[in-house]
Amino acid sequence: MKKVLIAVALAYIGFFLILPLVVVFSTALNKGLAVYFQSFSDPNAVAAIRLTLLTAAIAVPLNMVFGIAASWAIAKFDFHGKNLLLTLIDLPLSVSPVISGLIYVLMFGAQGALGPWLKEHNIQVLFAPPAIILATIFVTFPMVVRELVPIMKTQGNEEEEAALTLGADGWKTFWHVTLPNIKWGLLYGVILCNARAMGEFGAVSVVSGHIRGLTNTLPLHIEILYNEYQFTAAFACASLLAFLALVTLAIKSFIEFKFRAELAAVQGGARA
Amino acid sequence: MSIEVKGITKIFGDFKALDNIDLKVETGELIALLGPSGSGKTTLLRIIAGLETADEGQVFFAGEDIQQKKAKDRRVGFVFQHYALFRHMSVFDNIAFGLRVKPKSIRPTEEQIKDKVNELLRLIQLDWVGKRYPWQLSGGQRQRIALARALAVEPRVLLLDEPFGSLDAQVRKELRQWLRRFHDQLHITSLFVTHDQEEALEVADKIVVMNKGRIEQKGTPEETYHHPANKFVLNFLGSVNIFHERVIDGKRANIYTRPHQLEITHQPKDENSIPAVVEHVNPAGAVVKIDLKSQDGDLIHAEITQGEFKALDLRKRGQVFVSLRQVTYYDFDI
Repeated sequence: MKKVLIAVALAYIGFFLILPLVVVFSTALNKGLAVYFQSFSDPNAVAAIRLTLLTAAIAVPLNMVFGIAASWAIAKFDFHGKNLLLTLIDLPLSVSPVISGLIYVLMFGAQGALGPWLKEHNIQVLFAPPAIILATIFVTFPMVVRELVPIMKTQGNEEEEAALTLGADGWKTFWHVTLPNIKWGLLYGVILCNARAMGEFGAVSVVSGHIRGLTNTLPLHIEILYNEYQFTAAFACASLLAFLALVTLAIKSFIEFKFRAELAAVQGGARA
Repeated sequence: MSIEVKGITKIFGDFKALDNIDLKVETGELIALLGPSGSGKTTLLRIIAGLETADEGQVFFAGEDIQQKKAKDRRVGFVFQHYALFRHMSVFDNIAFGLRVKPKSIRPTEEQIKDKVNELLRLIQLDWVGKRYPWQLSGGQRQRIALARALAVEPRVLLLDEPFGSLDAQVRKELRQWLRRFHDQLHITSLFVTHDQEEALEVADKIVVMNKGRIEQKGTPEETYHHPANKFVLNFLGSVNIFHERVIDGKRANIYTRPHQLEITHQPKDENSIPAVVEHVNPAGAVVKIDLKSQDGDLIHAEITQGEFKALDLRKRGQVFVSLRQVTYYDFDI
C-alpha cells in the first residue's frame, strides 16, 4: 500500500512538476547555448529583467518593513478591528490578481479616481513602472505577515517585557530580542515574497500596458515572445524564472531545516 | 527601598482586576502576594513594574511617585513565571543584556561586564553554564539565571511573578528555600506572586492575601494562618473544619478549626466532644492524617502526631470522639 501511494505521488509530481521543468530547460537549450544566451542580450529582454529586478528591489523591502510592523501589531497587541486587519491582509491571496490590477486602473487610470489630478501634475502611474510596483506590492503583501504572525504569537511578549524591565528601549528590544527570534521566519517570508514579486503576471499585466522595453516585466516579456512564436527565446527567459523558483525552493528547504532545529530546541526547552 | 501603592484600580473591559488597592512594602522585606487565579495579584505586580498601567492610583518607590516612568526607567528586577530568557542568547549574554543596553555614557566596559556576570553566576551557583543556551538547562537552573539577569542591573526592587510556578514539586521546594536564603543575603525589597499558600507561608516575611481585586489581609505568616481576618483567608491558607451552630458564650456560631487543632479520644472529654467514625487513616508523613465522619454526617480532617497515633490504636470504622483544642475562627454571622 505504502509503495503504491508513493508511486502515485511520484508519478503525479513527475507529470505536473518535473516534466514541465524539463521541457522548459530542454526547449530553451535545444538550439544550443549560443542561442540561449543571445536571448538575454536582446535589449527588450534586458529591459524586462531590469524592470523585474527593480520591482522586486522596491516591493520586497517595503513589504518586509510593513510586514514586520503589521505582524507585530497583530501578534503582540489587542485592539479593535484586529480581525478585520488580518482579513484585509489576506485579501490579495483571495482576490484574483487581475482584479488586483484592475483596482489600480480604476484608481490611477484616466477615468479613475485620481486620474485627472495625476494628469494635471503630469505624473504617470498607470502603464508605467510605478503602477507595476504598486500592483506587485499589493499582491505580495501577505507573504511576510502570514509567516510572522504565527511565530510572533507563539513566542508571546515575555522576552520583550523582560528586555524592557532590564532597561532596554523599544528600538534595542526590537534589534536584540524580537528580530533574532523571528529571523528565520522573516527570511522565509521574504524569499516567498521575492519569488512571487518576480513571477507575478496577472496584476502586472493589467496595469503595465505592455510597452516593449519600458513596462514589460520578465513574465510579460515571455508571454509576448511566446505569442510571436519565438519559442527558444521565450523558454530561455522562462528558464530564468524556473531557475529562480529552484533557488527559492533550495533556500526554503535550507531555512526549514535550520528553523526546525531551532524550533525543536526551543520547544524541547519549554518542556523541561 | 520601599514600595507603596495608593488607590490602584485596574479594569479590563467589564472585569475589575484591581479595586482601590493600598499596600506598603518596607525596605528589605520579602512579601508574598497570595491569592487564587484572577485575584489581581499578577496585575498588581505588573503595574508596579510598569508593564501595565493603572486606571487610577499611584505607585511610589521610596516616596517618589513613579507612575509617569516607563518600565525601562523604573529599575525593577522582574522574574517571569516562564523565565522569559532570551532564547537565542547564551546564559552569559542573557545576564549581560541589562548592562549592555545601558546608554553609552553609563555603560560598563566589556571587562567590567564580564566580571559582574561571572560574579552573579557564582552567586547563583551556576558558574559553569555561561556558554550554554537556555534550552540546554533545567527549569530550576533557568529560573536562577533569570534571577541573576534581573539582579545584574542592580534593581531597586525585585518583583517575581509565580517564580516557581512551572517547576516540579521537588525543585520548587529547593528553590524557595534557596530564595529565602538569597534574600537574607541581599536584603533587596522583594515582592513575589504565588497561588501556593505553603510557598507563601514558608518564604515570606509578610503575606498579602488577595481575592477578587481586593486585599483581604496583610500580616505575618503566623498572623494570617492562625488569626485569619475573614473566612476567605481562613479557607485559602490551609484546610479547615467547620462545626455548625455551636453555642459560644450564649451566642450561636459556626466554628472553624485547622486539622491539627483537633484531639481524638476513645472517651468523650467533655459535653462538647463530637462522636465520629474513623473513615480513613494516612500515617505516611510527619503527621498522621485522619478522615472522620461525625454523627451529623460532616466530614472532619484531623492531623495528630505519630506518638498520639501510636497511643490511640485507631481502627478503621472505629467509634471515637473529637474535641477542639483551639479554634481558628468564629463566625457569628449565621
